Amino acid sequence: MRKIISIVLLSIIAIGIILSIAEIPFGKPKMKVGKYYIDKGVKDTGATNIITSVVVNYRGFDTLGEVTVLFIAAVGVGAVLVTAEKKQKERVTEKASLVLSTGCRFLFPLILLLGAYIFVNGHLTPGGGFQGGAVIASAFLLFYMGCRWKRINKIKAQALESLGGLVFIITGLLGLIIGNYFMMNFLPKGIPNQLFSAGIIPVIYIALGCKVGSELAGVIDNMIEESE
Amino acid sequence: MNVLNNFIYYIGSFGLIFIGLYIICVKRNLIKVIIGLSILNTGINLFLITIGYVESGTAPIFSGESIEFPRMVDPVPQALVLTAIVIGVAILALALSLAIRLYQHYGTLNLQKIREQRW
Repeated sequence: MRKIISIVLLSIIAIGIILSIAEIPFGKPKMKVGKYYIDKGVKDTGATNIITSVVVNYRGFDTLGEVTVLFIAAVGVGAVLVTAEKKQKERVTEKASLVLSTGCRFLFPLILLLGAYIFVNGHLTPGGGFQGGAVIASAFLLFYMGCRWKRINKIKAQALESLGGLVFIITGLLGLIIGNYFMMNFLPKGIPNQLFSAGIIPVIYIALGCKVGSELAGVIDNMIEESE
Repeated sequence: MNVLNNFIYYIGSFGLIFIGLYIICVKRNLIKVIIGLSILNTGINLFLITIGYVESGTAPIFSGESIEFPRMVDPVPQALVLTAIVIGVAILALALSLAIRLYQHYGTLNLQKIREQRW
């Protein structure tokens, strides 16, 4: 009965969507705001990656809100999973295989390096703070799977996360003090396509990379601690 | 055939969205509902990217020495999806941790057996 009701309901929604989507031509240029960003983006912000200039510069305030949502979700995971009394059950965890436990030690610094590369070059190549942070968190996941007895230093991870958030907000507020509006690009923009260019964008993306990486690593740590 | 050619990406993304919605409506296992949520999230991201596609367009990144205006796809949906993916991961983690707690409390993941959660 439930299946039939669901299918009927979904097909009604599907018909409505098909009727409206059929009007949208696929692949035709239909951008208005996007055209401005592509035309003026490099000149305005100095970043050759237009998506980065949208995320960090034009819509930087929204990104601040998004980072807040991520932070609240991470805090929520910690708050939900926290156990009032730590049950010291000696659960036997199976030891990781030789390939995994050797490979994780070998690959861990390399994955960290890749993540750092991704968020340092966020204004030039595909990538940025969020992607680089996710790559760094995946390195910690591999580390936890390979070397199960080891733990990251939680206080240091939280300090790094708070530092990242602080750098983001202080950079934005400095723009407000020096210029007229929050997150003004007050540093010199430099020559496009070089590493030291685009003003405050690399600074913010490095801060975001550290923040997202340590945040997601903390989430992984919370979940693994709970499952043991 | 022409219709399929023009709308294959819309069909794919809405296929994912409806599969996700169907799983959320019908399945009773909480883990399966969370998987459905994730599929729904992926479908919506794919749909937003599809909306911004321009035929034979490149990614909106100026590379190389000369900076001109080639044919590029819309950067706005891509920036939106970039943030949506991260939020999706955070929501997935939160949902899974709630599922862990529910399992510890009720000893089951069946939504119909969990009190005050039946429809």
